[in-house]
Amino acid sequence: MSNKTLTRMDLSEAVFRSVGLSRNDSAQLVESVLQHMSDALVRGEQVKISSFGTFSVREKAARVGRNPKTGEEVPINPRRVLTFRPSHLMKERVAEGNKK
Amino acid sequence: MIRSELIQKIADENPHLYQRDVERIVNTIFEEITEAMAEGHRVELRGFGAFSVKKRDARVGRNPRTGDAVQVEEKHVPFFKTGKLLRDRLNGN
Repeated sequence: MSNKTLTRMDLSEAVFRSVGLSRNDSAQLVESVLQHMSDALVRGEQVKISSFGTFSVREKAARVGRNPKTGEEVPINPRRVLTFRPSHLMKERVAEGNKK
Repeated sequence: MIRSELIQKIADENPHLYQRDVERIVNTIFEEITEAMAEGHRVELRGFGAFSVKKRDARVGRNPRTGDAVQVEEKHVPFFKTGKLLRDRLNGN
């Protein structure tokens, strides 16, 4: 298993190769996709991409946390967290592809 | 929001593009992420989040119905960590 990190640049390169757009436009489209997904999540919507996975926003209640170093109690405010649940297809492909 | 709604939004913003090209673009992005993870890579999208692959060690599991012990092999699972900017935006910062 090689360990490479892909970035926006690699995604826009893939878009550039698949459709006859300029590199600039491809990068812009990758950005728009991420922007629309983020906006929907910020509005509290679920983002469901078939055969990829589902992003959902969960509300976490306030609780008392503890600083693990000092043992001091600190209040943790209620907050919203994002969870990603991969589709079966993605799980299968990731499991298969990384098998020894 | 589902995939087709996302495609529609992008299409609306880009009237110069054919709908089928927009579909292709959106599908390419998700396919590229999945394929990268299938190859054991990580995909880091600053501000949005990072997709990575986590290894789950082999373990002895149990058939919940019969209680029999079964060997579960080591496996790899997809993982997503929310980016700082998006996490902050979710909380109105």
